[in-house]
Amino acid sequence: MARGGAGLTAPAQAGSGHRIAVGVAAAVVLGFLGLFFAWPVAAILGLGADGGVTGVLADPATWRLVAFTLGQAAGSTLLALLAGMPLAYVLARLAIPGKTVLRAMIMVPFVLPTLVVGMAFRALLGGDDGVSVLGIMLANGFFNVAVVARTVGGLWTHLDRRVEDTARSLGASRLRAFTSVTLPALLPALGSALAVVFLFCSTSFGVVLVLGGGRYRTLETEIYLRTVQLLDLRGAAALSLLQLAAIVAALVIAALARRRRETALRLRKAEETARPPQGGEWWIVGAAGVVVAALATPIVSLLLRSVSTRDGWSLAGYRALAGTGERGTLQVSGIDAALNSVRTAADATWLSLLIGLLASFVLIGVQRRTTAELLDTVLMLPLGVSAVTVGFGYLVTLDALPGDLRTSPLLVPFAQALVVTPLVIRMVLPVLRSIDTRLRQAAATLGANPWRVRWEIDVPLAARAVVAAAGFGFVVALGEFGATSFLARPDAPTLPVAIGRLVSRPGELNSQMAYAACALLMIVTIVAVIAIERVRGRTESVGEF
Amino acid sequence: MNRFLRLAGAAALAALTASCSLAGTQNQDQSARTVTLVAHDSFAADEKLLAKFQETTGIRVNVLNSGDAGELTNKLVLSKANPIGDVAYGVDSTFASRALREGVFEPHRAPNADQGPQRYALEPEHRLSAVDVADVCVNVDSGWFAQRGLPEPANLRDLADPRYRDLFSVPDPTTSSPGLAFLLSTVAAFGENGWQDYWRQLAANGTKVSSGWEEAYNQDFSGSAGKGPRPIVLSYASSPAAEVNPDGSPRTKALAGTCYRQVEYAGVLRGAKDPEAAGRVVDFLLSPEFQAQVADTMYVYPSVRDVPLPQGWAVSAPLPPRPAELPAQQVEQNRDRWVEQWRAVVRG
Repeated sequence: MARGGAGLTAPAQAGSGHRIAVGVAAAVVLGFLGLFFAWPVAAILGLGADGGVTGVLADPATWRLVAFTLGQAAGSTLLALLAGMPLAYVLARLAIPGKTVLRAMIMVPFVLPTLVVGMAFRALLGGDDGVSVLGIMLANGFFNVAVVARTVGGLWTHLDRRVEDTARSLGASRLRAFTSVTLPALLPALGSALAVVFLFCSTSFGVVLVLGGGRYRTLETEIYLRTVQLLDLRGAAALSLLQLAAIVAALVIAALARRRRETALRLRKAEETARPPQGGEWWIVGAAGVVVAALATPIVSLLLRSVSTRDGWSLAGYRALAGTGERGTLQVSGIDAALNSVRTAADATWLSLLIGLLASFVLIGVQRRTTAELLDTVLMLPLGVSAVTVGFGYLVTLDALPGDLRTSPLLVPFAQALVVTPLVIRMVLPVLRSIDTRLRQAAATLGANPWRVRWEIDVPLAARAVVAAAGFGFVVALGEFGATSFLARPDAPTLPVAIGRLVSRPGELNSQMAYAACALLMIVTIVAVIAIERVRGRTESVGEF
Repeated sequence: MNRFLRLAGAAALAALTASCSLAGTQNQDQSARTVTLVAHDSFAADEKLLAKFQETTGIRVNVLNSGDAGELTNKLVLSKANPIGDVAYGVDSTFASRALREGVFEPHRAPNADQGPQRYALEPEHRLSAVDVADVCVNVDSGWFAQRGLPEPANLRDLADPRYRDLFSVPDPTTSSPGLAFLLSTVAAFGENGWQDYWRQLAANGTKVSSGWEEAYNQDFSGSAGKGPRPIVLSYASSPAAEVNPDGSPRTKALAGTCYRQVEYAGVLRGAKDPEAAGRVVDFLLSPEFQAQVADTMYVYPSVRDVPLPQGWAVSAPLPPRPAELPAQQVEQNRDRWVEQWRAVVRG
């Protein structure tokens, strides 16, 4: 095994051109983050920060909130990990037909509105207390299985199998080969995935609201309540600071766990690493099958609801959706809402890729390990701050900018990009960090300038991860409802907004239309993910090394 | 280096042009006077009506959705120094006092205010005009009771009767605006000293509390499309209009003795860029044409007198004759405390 230097290795040429480039990239990233995240959040916390913090901290109820928030997040993360790993293996290592469809399918949970999924779980599990904590964790897991499967699968795809094969031929069992060879190599991606899932689960809102039924509360739902309903900015600020502290602590732990784990790996082209399943691998295929079936259950129940009425089966919901709905419930047709969704999500994806890739570039370009980790943690923060805090923060700050962005339709993709950018970073960075820096050095020796090095070495090797991140980001933006719903939106409803409007009205047709809109959202997702999968990065230049 | 700048520039350009797909739709028709209407998420209006309004007045209405009544009110309060719109619609009687106290609205009197909306005026300055009434009532699934030969409950007291054990589903007042209205109706019915006891009885009688109206109505209620297990649910006076059989007969019924009056208001925001045009929009919301379609588009009752309700509403969803009400001031002063007490009683 060729190992690079201990720990992270910076690019060999720290010429002035390279330094300026890193500086420019860092300025863009931090500028975006400062303008659309740090400033609004600081402003809204500032409105409430006048000494109420100690009172909140002294209240034992607060600590019960913190304990429940972190506890359910840890449980949900564990569930997502257990369910996601077999899928990651199948996606990365096995040559089986229909993988693209499988990839697209596991993304579907991500776009479904939490309200609707929460209701589906509520129906499947009944509603007594013991079930609702489990229900919260199951639903959170349901949403996040794809994060584990795609993030870990993304790196796994590129791992050189021959190392494991060597271990096996030297007599190691399959398990031994996995734990001593594969797992250490996967750790960066695993750490990334777990950090993201943990953040998602600890700030999950709709799921806790619907399945907790008001009995179970987390920091996130409490912040929402105090900000949106009670206008108790002081209490909300205290809880937000607490949430922020908890998140930073979790991120620091994750960063420490990642330390010294990132080594240069021999990355291979994706095509070289997948083989038809053999022997014991069929067990993993079976486990993955079980996970897929479990994921499909709530989805199928939604689809059944979209075609069932009191008097039998009917497609009325779909027919109504093609128009503007019953009696003008929706201002636009379902198709237009779908187009709005796609447009907004496309904007958010562009923006996140731009910021995320620049940020990744900065992170591997920064010489000092501590600086890099600090920056990394800062970039993750938007995932750990309540969407309502950001949304209300925009309200009190953004009018200071020219053009009053508070009510601009651009604000929605910007807010979504805040959530998506950390995901892009988490998906691309482990791969970039695993690239043996001697490849870059070799390219530089052969006369390539820093950008040429990135283009010829990093881009091809990370292409798959970038494409996966784009697909992922698009889907997350498509289904993002938290930030979106707290922004004042010009009336061009996206599908999730339309679904929210439909389920908040009585009448059979409205309910059918809501589920039909969910089906439409799933179809849009699957088509989009497959389309993005088809866009292959330039992978032809991965030579033998 | 240059290549980097080119690449980043191209990417930024791509991002911006992609964004134009959204922004481009907004910048049409700058010649018209534009009034931004900040509304709750349930706002809906007949497109033709808005188009006609623009044709006759030259004012384009740009709708901005901003959450439910509570969220909308708080957003208006937070941004009052530099409002995000010119007119707001959807602040309801539960939150109106907060908005008025914070000085969010300017006085404006619609020409037909004395034809009905006046009844709901909160103060003499006319800063808020009542647009519609959305009464919150207990709904029952008539068929369910007929099948079992059990008489339908008639009032709040009945809901705590053991005969109706495990049959009632209600949304949480902390997270749901109809849920809050129901809490207020119990305060109005049983008084400051009696409502907590009543809720203890409700809880002991197996009342199910969900976090939102959606779960209670669509999932727990047997009379909705969800065909849930419970035949009694908290909803609106107008809900039965949406649950009719093919022959037009209503399947569900709102109990007139359990209603709480919620009024939704509109007003000109202080600091509106064009107060005159903003006032015209308020007048439009109170115009007979707009009032005639609020029932169909938003499931609410017009505030203006003698505006006909849609066909069938007279049978399935008449306007409750004597709903309960609490003074706005009293609600504003006690709301948070009541909700906390409710939590202590029901959640333990």
